[in-house]
Amino acid sequence: MDTGSNNTIISLRNIRKSFGSLDVLKGVDLDVYKGENLVVLGRSGSGKSVLIKIIAGLLTPDTGTIRVLDKDVGQLNNKELQELRTKIGFSFQNSALYDGMNVRANLAFPLVRNKKNLSSQEVESAIKQVLEDVGLSRSIDQMPAELSGGQKKRIGIARTLILQPEIMLYDEPTAGLDPVTSVEINELINEVQERYNTSAVIITHDLTCAKSTGDRMVMLSEGCFLRQGSFEEVFSTDDPTVRGFYNYNFISDS
Amino acid sequence: MRFFFLRIYDTYRFILRFWKEVFLPPYEPKEILNQFFEVGIRSLAIISLTGFITGLVFTKQSRSSLAEFGATSWLPSLMAIALLRALAPLVTALIVAGKVGSKFGAEIGSMRVTEQIEAMEVSSTNPFKFLVVSRVLATICIVPVLAIYMGFIGLLGAFVNVYRNEQTSFVSFFQEAFVKISFLDLFVLVLKSAVYGFTIGMAGCFTGYYADQGTVGVGRAANTAVVVSMFLIFIEEMLIVTLVNSYK
Repeated sequence: MDTGSNNTIISLRNIRKSFGSLDVLKGVDLDVYKGENLVVLGRSGSGKSVLIKIIAGLLTPDTGTIRVLDKDVGQLNNKELQELRTKIGFSFQNSALYDGMNVRANLAFPLVRNKKNLSSQEVESAIKQVLEDVGLSRSIDQMPAELSGGQKKRIGIARTLILQPEIMLYDEPTAGLDPVTSVEINELINEVQERYNTSAVIITHDLTCAKSTGDRMVMLSEGCFLRQGSFEEVFSTDDPTVRGFYNYNFISDS
Repeated sequence: MRFFFLRIYDTYRFILRFWKEVFLPPYEPKEILNQFFEVGIRSLAIISLTGFITGLVFTKQSRSSLAEFGATSWLPSLMAIALLRALAPLVTALIVAGKVGSKFGAEIGSMRVTEQIEAMEVSSTNPFKFLVVSRVLATICIVPVLAIYMGFIGLLGAFVNVYRNEQTSFVSFFQEAFVKISFLDLFVLVLKSAVYGFTIGMAGCFTGYYADQGTVGVGRAANTAVVVSMFLIFIEEMLIVTLVNSYK
């Protein structure tokens, strides 16, 4: 990971976002560097998911600028935004698999729409490759309703990997999973970083996930970043908000 | 009141976006065909049953009034006029509103609340085109076909009743039935069915697309889709009949 300014792949400046009278983000600045896994920590309702959706261009900020891969997201037209999105993989909190399609069709969906010149054999082999990478080769013909929570997460990640993204955005990757499956998902996030050479923003309130996947972390509270740095740096403080957040999470080796 | 006017404005923008996107590439022929199947083939059974019973019962109920004047021979043409000018398009639209409109509302609504629509957006797919345009086009094209089909099945129901009472042959029943039917009647049937199809598709997709508040929102979207479609269909029926009669 290089933290030089020319290696900044995501840059947010003075991002503000309100819903009605509720100020969710109050002037946030953030840089994500090439090759790093950045964890955004925070309690539910602290604005983490809004932040990640702003990075993906799913929400528009009230003020501020977003640069992703050297492109000003706010200045892009629809076509340019769609092109940029092929380089960003978004893993949703509830996996967001298409209920009406089996795993094969779910994985083929982004591929056939964005790489129209691929033959059906090439599509099939890409699907098999990503399924192998997430360890679910046998699930290719299953429907989403037949998968467990952990399997859905893996297929959701596979669907984003099929376009070989440069940036991965994970929204609460371990939410709703048992501890063993959570550890497996954390390992998968690290494998993805190594194998696909991605940079990632991981939104979570799970400190075990944060510690095992993050190279650097920032803590979001009431629309502002409280602290940033390594896991130890973030939590070496007597700030009651940070301590309270830490104390409600259990980490076996802390 | 503010919410009501905002909703009207959203509806206006939604309709405008549909007409804009329907002509712009990329097109979704596979999904449109899939929706043709969903709207058309999957509605055939209920349309057949309802059409047949409507024709049979309406003929049975009309018989006694016409019999008083010795005019039961008018039954075929009376039924053809009643079915093709009013009953077939109206009953078909109400059934499709209940069956397909609620499905659109629930399906798209659940996709909205489970972030599947956002997943499409980040997959560089236009969810409006994929989900809304394909469904509305399907209802615009298929509801007229279903209405014509229901008209024919309704006439078969009428024929069964007439045959049992007067032993009229199949050929002479249909010859008499179409004596009073003009090209304008068929044109209006297709036109108003297409308008009802547009209304059903739009109401279902709009309520689903803007669904919120989790499963409660999905239920509300399905319910609103049916209620709004039916309400608008009756208003449109009244306006179209008034317009056509003034033209005649």
